[in-house]
Amino acid sequence: MAGPEFEVPKLTEYTDVPKIKVGAMAHVKSFPAAEVTQKFLGYPWTLTDDWQERAIGRMGELLGKYRSLRVFMDICVHCGACTDKCHYFLGTADPKNMPVARQDLMRQVYRRYFTLPGKIAPWLVGAKDLSKEVLDDWYNYYHQCSECRRCSVYCPYGIDTAEVTMAGREILNTVGMGQKYCSEILTKVQKIGNNLGLPGPALEDTLSGLEEDIEAETGVAVKMPLDVKGAEILFVTPSADFFSEPHVESLIGYAKVFHAAGASWTLSTSASEAGNFGLFNGSYETMQKIAMRIRDAALELGVKRIIVGECGHAWRVAYSFWNTLTGIGYGGNDPFSIELQKQLDPRFDQPMHICEYTWDLIQKGQLKFDKSLNDHRVITFHDSCNVARGSRMGDVPGGQFTIPRNVIMAVANNFHDMAAETIGEGTFCCGGGGGVLTDDLIEVRVKGALPRMNAFNNVVQNNGVNFLSLICAICKAQFTKVLPYYGFDRSMVGGVHQLVSTAILLD
Amino acid sequence: MTSLTLIYIGLYYFAAIVLIGGVAYRIAEYSRTPAPLKIPTTPAPTTTGGVVLRMAREVVLFESLFKSNKWIWVFGWMFHVGLALVLLRHVRYFQEPIWFVVEFVQPYGQYASFAMVAGLLGLWARRFLVDRVRYISTPSDHLMLALLLGIGASGMMLSFVSHTDIIALKAFALGLVTFDWQPVPGDGPLLVHLALVALLMIIFPVSKLLHAPGIFFSPTRNQADNPLETRHIAPWAAAAERK
Repeated sequence: MAGPEFEVPKLTEYTDVPKIKVGAMAHVKSFPAAEVTQKFLGYPWTLTDDWQERAIGRMGELLGKYRSLRVFMDICVHCGACTDKCHYFLGTADPKNMPVARQDLMRQVYRRYFTLPGKIAPWLVGAKDLSKEVLDDWYNYYHQCSECRRCSVYCPYGIDTAEVTMAGREILNTVGMGQKYCSEILTKVQKIGNNLGLPGPALEDTLSGLEEDIEAETGVAVKMPLDVKGAEILFVTPSADFFSEPHVESLIGYAKVFHAAGASWTLSTSASEAGNFGLFNGSYETMQKIAMRIRDAALELGVKRIIVGECGHAWRVAYSFWNTLTGIGYGGNDPFSIELQKQLDPRFDQPMHICEYTWDLIQKGQLKFDKSLNDHRVITFHDSCNVARGSRMGDVPGGQFTIPRNVIMAVANNFHDMAAETIGEGTFCCGGGGGVLTDDLIEVRVKGALPRMNAFNNVVQNNGVNFLSLICAICKAQFTKVLPYYGFDRSMVGGVHQLVSTAILLD
Repeated sequence: MTSLTLIYIGLYYFAAIVLIGGVAYRIAEYSRTPAPLKIPTTPAPTTTGGVVLRMAREVVLFESLFKSNKWIWVFGWMFHVGLALVLLRHVRYFQEPIWFVVEFVQPYGQYASFAMVAGLLGLWARRFLVDRVRYISTPSDHLMLALLLGIGASGMMLSFVSHTDIIALKAFALGLVTFDWQPVPGDGPLLVHLALVALLMIIFPVSKLLHAPGIFFSPTRNQADNPLETRHIAPWAAAAERK
């Protein structure tokens, strides 16, 4: 199926702030969700007759349940600080892709139905009735947001558009306007165990095939254990790691690290997915159900530790939300939390990121590398948004930036960071996060990648960089698809543990 | 007592009740609404002390805005600091004897009004000159700036051009807080100034001015980054879990 025609933006040295082009992306509409999956998730699949009432009702409920939404609807002063911060605005020039304008799609309705000035003088405060046109705008533009939170860094009040987008999508689902891509993934992960819909036997097959490949290549019998009861570590990784390129190269890297450390570890069929698209759709209940698979697997297998693979939003959910949603973590004194805490080894962070695990082993001198094996690569590192702005690694704030880079520099000789304002907390999204990683949104994805591509192009031109390393399954999939649009080779993308895999010495 | 005085006394009690009651209501509303998930924008402080410092930097220095846009920061900070000094200076009209801090700030407070007005003009110019900001500006955004500028300009008139009977004004203001009502001085600039201030107080709880109390409730700024050590759970989520 051929996608719609569109012009790929030109690469420039700096990402210029464009003049606004009203309606530039109004034609982009993600495919709607079908009956089967929406039914499974408990949402209607066509616009309900009472959609207006339903939408306002659901909005009221969310306003009562989420302080973020409640406060963010009130406190924006329209200062404009966020207007040039979103990669989708920078790449498309559509003013509704400015964070404040995206929020205002909901705020205009909030003001009309929930505030006094909006009720008596809507024209004065930019309040609007919830019409079908407004709802369609929501659908279009809440699926042109990757919930990357870059705007929240720069807002003087920390207003996070991701929270608004999530609420918007939840309301859209409630009235029967779900998105096909997220709806299908949320169904697959709950019915089959992972986002790709890879059943247990296929997974087993894939893993044994990979074991053979590694042994053929290295002469060492590196194992990828599955569903091993009594293993010390439950390893949870995005399902893309099992058979997408370049993801699988990192999976091989994790296995080699576990092997070299002599660790007792296992994957789980029922928890064969670290990703949790429940986050993207703003449904606490769905996110919790999906996260509970990890807890259940941990209890069933009797593991002492839980480690998470290279996946941005999965790490945000694991680090920031698992304790809340599933009791994986510490500090809970209710029976639900205590049941799991009794089992987990309190000497370790629960959960732990694979980069923290590997870095810890490196510091202890338990891993041996030949860094020169990575000498054909000149590497840069893309901070994935959910890791950068929604989580942490290590003991100090900002560990999520230093630890992956430390790992890279321990296994490779050539490393150059991209421009400072495009990494760290100000990192630009890959353009495919937050539930927009679908072919029907390819125009959004390509244009949204522009700021990252500009920064990448600069280090390619000036420093000879030829490898874009990162720790997120969505970023990997997005970049392999989008790099060719900008004239780069898709094999320039790979995981940090792909680099580890190349340099590690096994015995 | 003239009807003019009665109108202004009534106006100020009404405005004070709306402001205090309205903001208290909003604060109660924000406090009551739980934040079900840990969503600090990271890197974030890991301790409560760190959060207090982060919030202090936001409120006093506008740290995030500084990272974001230097023009908005310059104008916004000038306006807010100017306003803070001006407000502090105005405390003198409500107390006798006058607190030494208010005495100290008196000369600065008078000139701070220039910073305040300059900041407002800068912010307003952006609403016309920057296409992105023009796109998002609503009539209320413009009127809010007009109102604040009106307050600043009328106040400066009183300070620097046509002085009002300051003794009588202080008697009026003190009378309001001690319920010993005195006549309001009748000059035009003063009456305009007082009316606009009352209007600002009245619209405060239903306008974007709620950013002032609201920032303290912003979960991306007021949460500590410690989700692994403490289990954070909202009452409604805990209730659902027990089912």
